[in-house]
This record gives sequence, C-alpha cells and structure tokens, in this order.
Amino acid sequence: MPEGAGSGSRGAWFPSWFWPSFAAPATIWLLLLFVLPFFVILAIAFGRVDPIFLTPSPVYNPLRWDFGPFRDVLSQIFAGGSIYQSAFLHTLTFVLAATALCLVIGYPIAYFIARHAGRLRTLFLVAFIAPFWISYMMRMLAWINLLQPNGYVNRILGGLGLANADAPIQWLNGKPLTVILGLAYGYVPFMILPLFGVLDRIPSSTLEAARDLGAGQVTTFLRVTLPLSRQGILAGIIIVSLPMFGDYFTQTLLAGTRNTAMIGNLIVSSIQSSLVQTGASLVLILLVLLILPMLYYLRATAKATELVAR
Amino acid sequence: MTRGVLAWLSNPWARARFLWAVAIAYVAWTLLPVFVAVLFSFNGTRSLTSWQGLSTQWYAGNESSVWHDPALRSALVQSLKLSGLVVLIAVPLGVGFALALDRWRGRASGTANFLMLFSFITPEVAIGVALFLFFIQLASGIGTGFGAQVMGLSMYMMAYPVIVVRARLLSIGKEYEEAAMDLGASPTQALRRVLLPLLFPAIFASVAIVFAASIDNFVISQQLSRDASTQTIPILIYSSARRGPLPSLNALASLTLLASTTLIAVAAVVYRRFTRAERRAA
Repeated sequence: MPEGAGSGSRGAWFPSWFWPSFAAPATIWLLLLFVLPFFVILAIAFGRVDPIFLTPSPVYNPLRWDFGPFRDVLSQIFAGGSIYQSAFLHTLTFVLAATALCLVIGYPIAYFIARHAGRLRTLFLVAFIAPFWISYMMRMLAWINLLQPNGYVNRILGGLGLANADAPIQWLNGKPLTVILGLAYGYVPFMILPLFGVLDRIPSSTLEAARDLGAGQVTTFLRVTLPLSRQGILAGIIIVSLPMFGDYFTQTLLAGTRNTAMIGNLIVSSIQSSLVQTGASLVLILLVLLILPMLYYLRATAKATELVAR
Repeated sequence: MTRGVLAWLSNPWARARFLWAVAIAYVAWTLLPVFVAVLFSFNGTRSLTSWQGLSTQWYAGNESSVWHDPALRSALVQSLKLSGLVVLIAVPLGVGFALALDRWRGRASGTANFLMLFSFITPEVAIGVALFLFFIQLASGIGTGFGAQVMGLSMYMMAYPVIVVRARLLSIGKEYEEAAMDLGASPTQALRRVLLPLLFPAIFASVAIVFAASIDNFVISQQLSRDASTQTIPILIYSSARRGPLPSLNALASLTLLASTTLIAVAAVVYRRFTRAERRAA
C-alpha cells in the first residue's frame, strides 16, 4: 500500500493503520453531520414540492434534479424592488459598513498592543479578547437595555444637549445605524487578533531602519507597517465578514423590522414558513457568494501552519 | 516629575498618546455595557433602565428569579446538560483527529483536515439550516430536539480541540514517544503514558473552550431546538430580550458569564503551570 509506506518516515514504529484509526470517528461525524446535511440542502433546493401542502420532497438522485425553482429565486434577487433583492442589498451594505468600522477600530487597537502597551500588554490582551467568551446574546442584551427610549444612551445624549427628552431617539426601531454598530461591536475582537498577529511580528529594527533612512512617522507607517500587515488585514476582513453575512439575530434584536432584514433573516423565515425550498436555495446562493473568500482563508491558514511546522 | 510631564507633553511619539486614548475608550466601549447589564441583575426593582438599590432577589427569592421561574431554570439546566455532553463528544473526537493529522500524512488526511476547517468557517446559519433539514427530512427517526442539538453542536465544536491540540503537538515534537518505544513501550503504552500526559494542558484548554463556546452557542442550538423544553440560555435571551424582560434575564446571563470566565481563567492557569518548565527550558 503506497499510503502505509508513505507514513513510514514519521513514526516508523507504529503500524500503518494506527494513526488513521484515530481520525476515523471525527471523520465519520463530519461526513454524517456536515456533508450529508448539505447534500439534503441540494436535494431540497433541486427537488420537488408537494403542490397542495407545499411540503418539500427531496430528490436524492442528482440525475433527476430540477434547477427551475433555484433559477426562479435567482431571478427574484435580480428583480428590482423584491424583498429578496432588498435583503441582499441590506446585507451587503451592513456587512461592508460594519467590516470597515471593525478595521478602523481594530487596527489602532492591535497596533497599540503590539507596540505601545508595554508592561500592561498581557492585561490589555485579556481585556481585548474578553468579548470572546462573553456570550454574544448577553452583549446584545446589554445594548438593548442601554438603547431603550429611557435608557442610559438617550439620557447621556440628553444631558449633553444632543437629544430631546420629550422625543427620545428610537434606537431599536429599525435603524440601520444601530444594526451596523451592533455588528461591529459583536465581531470586532475577531479583527484584532489576526492584526495583532502580523503587527507583533514586524521587528522594531525594521521600523528603526526606515526612520534612520529619513522616513517620517507617517511615511514609515504607510510604506513599511501597512504593507507588512496586508495579510493580517485581509485575514481580519474575511474572518469578520463571513459570520456577518450569515448573521440574522443581531438584526432581529437591534432593529427587528422588515425593511432592515438581511439574508439570514430571509433564510430562517423561509425555512420556518412553507417556503422551505426557497430557503434551501438561499443557503446555496449565500455559500456560492462566500466560497472564494472561504477558500482563500483556508489556503492562507494552511500556508501559515506549514511555515510553523517547518 | 515635572520634567517627565514636560517630556511627555513634547513627546515626539504623540501618536502613542492618541493610541492610549483609543485603547482605553475601546475597553470601556466593549466592557462597560456588559458591566451595566451585570449590575442591573442586582437591581432592587423590575426596571432595567433606572438603578434602585442593591438586591439579590433576581437570582433567588423573587418568584420570577432564576431559581424559581421554571423557564429560566429549565434553560440553565438545559444549557449545562448540552454543553457537558458536547464536551464529552467533541473533545475526544477532536483530540484523536489532531493526533492522526499530525502523525499521518496521506491524501485522505489532507481531505479530512480541509473538511474540518471548512465546517469551522462556514456561516453558522447555513450549517444550522442544513442540520435542521437533515433531522427533519433524512434522519426523521431522531428528529429535532436535545439529541439533534448534541450531535450538531459536537460536530461544529470539534474544530477547537483540533486547532489547540495540533498547536501543542507541533511544539512537543515526536521524539518523546519514539524514545518511549525505543525503551520497549508498545504504541498504545507510548500514547497513554507519554503523549497523553504531555497533551494534558491542551486537552484541558480544549474542554474549557468547547464548554464556553457551547454554552454561548445560539444559531445551531436554536435551529435544532424542538420546543420550550429544549431552550438554552441564549435562545431564551434571544426570544425575550425585546419583550420587556426582567432583571432575572440579566441574572441568568450573568451566571453564564461567571461560568465561562471561571472556566477560561482556570484553563489559562493550568496551561501556564503545566508548560512553565518547558518555557523556562526554551
């Protein structure tokens, strides 16, 4: 067996079946609960629907798949003014704005821990990654309390003379700004970590060399630090925007109106109503849209792991 | 002292001052709302917007406290049960997978690794809906509910132990178990008596991370929940946050915060203690 021979270089003392058998349970779990469910999505999206009860009847044979309904959903997205199109446009706007916000907030923070935190570095790192294990729902609940019409945000704004106490700002009634800020708040820690990773690895001697050669602070940053952190910026953008594209709960919690609905809301409400086939098609469209950044990210992390392993 | 202040004022690295301000503002922005939410779980009245004095009635005592309200209590129990079982399944499967990937290089291992990482970065809503339809259409014998939640979530959480344990394996190297086998240990003995003890900190950290991530998981738990009896804490917060919740909801959220913070802190201390000698040697 070529594979058994190949594993001889590493751990020659183990029989060739020894290590693969350790991977088997997890692989079976992945095939059963990840690959098979996505096949069910395909079978429903390209399957049939009972004409009377509207229940889906999946078709598991790819040769008998019918792509008509999927094409209908696609053309709905391109049809002006449909709820599908507006959901896609909302998602795109919200995710772009929130990702940009994450980058603008995350970059100085990551730069700060990498260069200027000094002895407090560990403390700041802990404070910055604390949101990772504070439940997302709790963080949203906290903001819902603060953003109530008589909550602290309006009271502080009122105290500064920026809001009128008689007509409080309705933050939670379908304001796109609230959704964008909520998304940025929720996902910004995921931006900081990859940025910190690259900024921390830039040797200070490189920056000193740039300064010695006559570059000012701004030039050093623009021509040395920024280009060297490009990988981290790209990784951060992807790792932050991927989950945002599928996010539906932030919108429901912070806005909850139809005219701020995102793709995720459309998917979940279709699945729960009688539009299961449409929901399955929307999942596929979402994945097709995201497959390139996903693959890019996987390739980049694989390369990084190889570098470490060497 | 004065000279220090003057030097600071004429600091050529003025950017650093700006960065300090940004960093402190950021910490306030991320942690202050959570702090306020925890504070209001101790509020003396039903209000979540005005502070009326300290009380622990929303934890126990009041009839709608976490301890007495059946919905809150059931969500707490359900979350603990789900996260515990997910840890019991996901960590052993993930550790085995990481060991296999590190020691066995073949085409099949590359594909399996790709699949694992792919499952980790797929938007959760897609996985949740796919699992929901799978349990409704194909595995309708199991159906949605607690069993489906345990299965789906343990699949999604496997990637954490894989990532943590692989990183540790890279730093251990394979010399220890080879030495053990040179000295006459069988493969199983080398694994059990040499490699697993070396991996202990990584396994412990995986347990903490998987538990904390499971107790906070919303999308997959919600998609696979059958009815009120399978609601977890995040699902309950999601469904009642906009409907005039009581401070007892904040109390419930504060309890999960306490649980995951304690666990992560203990894991960090254990990890540091067990790897301290190695770091000193290095």
